[in-house]
Formats: sequence, structure tokens, C-alpha cells
Amino acid sequence: MLELKQVSKRYGRKTILNDFNLTVNQGEILAIVGPSGAGKTTLLRCISGLERIDSGEIQLDGKPFDPYINRDNDSVTGVVFQDFQLFPNLNVLENITLAPMLALKKDKDAARKQALDLLKRLGLDGKEQLYPYQLSGGQKQRVALARALAMQPRILCYDEPTSALDPDLRQEVEKMILGLKADGMTQLVVTHDLDFAKQIADNIKRVEAL
Amino acid sequence: MNLAGQWHYAMQIMPSLLSGVQMTLSIFIFTLIGAIPLGIIVGLGRASHFKPLKDLLGIYVWIMRGTPLLLQLIVVFYGLPIIGIVFQRYNAALFAFIINYAAYFAEIFRGGLQSIDRGQYESARVLRLTYWQTIRKIVLPQVMKIVLPSIGNEVINLVKDSSLVYVIGLGDLLRAGNVATSRDVTLLPLLLVGIIYLLLTAVLTFIQQRVENHYSYFK
Repeated sequence: MLELKQVSKRYGRKTILNDFNLTVNQGEILAIVGPSGAGKTTLLRCISGLERIDSGEIQLDGKPFDPYINRDNDSVTGVVFQDFQLFPNLNVLENITLAPMLALKKDKDAARKQALDLLKRLGLDGKEQLYPYQLSGGQKQRVALARALAMQPRILCYDEPTSALDPDLRQEVEKMILGLKADGMTQLVVTHDLDFAKQIADNIKRVEAL
Repeated sequence: MNLAGQWHYAMQIMPSLLSGVQMTLSIFIFTLIGAIPLGIIVGLGRASHFKPLKDLLGIYVWIMRGTPLLLQLIVVFYGLPIIGIVFQRYNAALFAFIINYAAYFAEIFRGGLQSIDRGQYESARVLRLTYWQTIRKIVLPQVMKIVLPSIGNEVINLVKDSSLVYVIGLGDLLRAGNVATSRDVTLLPLLLVGIIYLLLTAVLTFIQQRVENHYSYFK
């Protein structure tokens, strides 16, 4: 269980999050919805440790947890970025195995086997030797998901998972997210698309621009 | 001189030209070995967010690019001994070339580094890669691809710039040609020198194409 307690984040004099509270329960999908500029992405960046919160507390299973300095402990959060941010110089397989090998010190064969399993599960078998520029948007997203999953995170975060894709791919994304939920993955989805949020989420948290 | 005589003469001076080529190539190769890694490091520093370092390296780059290389060679060989730093001729040349070219390379790498999306660093960070792992495995390969054409330019410049070492008394290819030209009162040696430079440049252009092809597997 991940909890945010009265978390605030400011950029200079502009307050983005003010005394923000949030609970993500184990195995559930929480959608965070709100208009652009409401701080949804900032929230996700704080949870994934890309930004440092200015005040308040983040707790993991009731214990204080600072994602910003939690660099060497277990993987807590995985992130699927809005624009995926695959590594263009690495092929699909290398994109997925790089971090498990470097950060988790997995040996090459184990990392490779895990990556191939993930690719198969996400319907990407046969694509492992392709480079990101050779993939469609939906495929890139699934590779980004596989890459995040390979680090065995406890919570998976998505930043606007539908916005960079064709509208008809929305259902694919839904299926993908619900499929992971069936496997027990805790997921946090930032989106401006309320309909999409209603389709997938157990709980919806609305944020408003301050 | 008839054609046969010209040929005979060319063969006569060839050994001295080739020993000049040796000096040219040795300056060329060792400058690259020193200046490229140094350029990458300085480029990383210039692209960093640590202002004192950025400014200090900015001054270094300014001086290196803002004064003639010829002057820098003279200062290193004749000037530094005044403050007790004495280099052999060859080492002085290498030192001056390396710190000069590293500045140019640094600016090229800085440009390359700054063109990499910040999201690449962030996605590496959430995947828990360290800074150096991120640089080595993700950033540098992408930067290399971007900077290769500009590096190629500098590399070809370096072949020709190496002729400046004459000013501290080293004998390179151009100097060997010059000596023969003034001794024998003929332009043929300089013509040969020109051809040899062109051959060297042709080889480098070929290598550059090969390396660029090597990086064409991704976009």
C-alpha cells in the first residue's frame, strides 16, 4: 500500500501540489484524472522519485519512504512514460534486459529469458531484434511496459497511456492494464480521459489546478 | 627535366617525405587518442548543471579556440619553461594539440549531449541505472551518432594542422617538402606533399563513412 500524506510540491513560487493525500491499495488500479496543468504528471514524478517533495510524507506499507533517495533498495515504482522513452540505440530485447542486468545484477541468460516471457505475454514475440524506430506507437508502449515490468516493481505508473496513441488503441491499453491487474499488479494511471479512467480504475482521484 | 628525370627525382626525395609522414601521422594519432576522451569529459562538464565547473571549462574552451594553435605551440614549447615546465619538442607539440583539439571536441560533444532528450535520463533513472551507466550505455552511443560528421571535419583539419609543428622545429610532411623545394628549386616536392595529404584525407573519409554506417542501425 502506498500513501501520500499532505504532500506539497512547489516549483519556485508556483505551488503544484498542496497538502495532497492519496492511497493506492495493493492490487488495485487508481486513476488520477484532472485537466492539464493540475499537477498529475508532477504527482507521478514525485512518486517515482524524479522530483523531491517539499513537504509531507510518502509511506509504503505504513513505513516512511522517500522515492527520491530510494535508489538502491528494491524496485518500488516502474514508469511507462507518455512518450515511452525507449532507448533508440538498443533493440527491443536490450531495452528490456539492460536495467535488470546492470541494476539487479541478473545474469544475461536469466534477463533474456524473463524478457522473452514478457514479450510473449504482451504479444510482441518475434520483435525482440527490432529497434524502437521500427515499432508502431502501441508496440513501443508495450515494450516500455515490458521494460518497466522486468524490474519487478511493486507499483506500476503510467503517464497518459492513451494520449500518444490512436483512439482505437485505447481498448488495447485497457486490456493490457486489466490483464496486469489480474496478475495482482498495483497500478497508478495518470490520465485526462475520464471515460478511460472509469473503464479501468477501482478508484478515481480527481486533481484540480491550484 | 624530362618525365623520367622527374620520376627519378620524386623517388629520391620520397624517403624524406615519408619520414615526414611518420611525424604527421604520429601527431595525428596520438592527438586523437588524447583529445577525444578529454573532449568527452570536458563536454560532459560543459553540459552539466554545476556552474563553477561549467564556467571554468568555458574559459578553457574560450582560450583554446580564441587563440591561434601556432601561438599555443610556441607558448607551450618556449613559454612554459619560464615557469619551470619543460617539454621535449615532440611532447610539447602533442600537449598543445591535445588541449587545443579537446576544446573543439568538447564543444561538439556538448552540443550532442544537449540534444539528447531529458526523458532518456529520466527513464534510465527510474530503471535505477547509475549516472555513468546511463552515459555509457544510452547517452554516448546516441551522441556519437549525432557528432560523427562534425568530428570527421575536425579530424581532417587535424591532419593538415599537424603541419604547424614546424614552428617548434619538428620535421613533418609539409616541412620535408618545403626543405626539398627550397634546396632543389622545384615545386615538385610540394606537389607530392599535396597528393600525400589528399591520400591521407581519402583514407580518413573512407573510415568516417564506415563508422557512420556502423551507427546507421538505429535512428
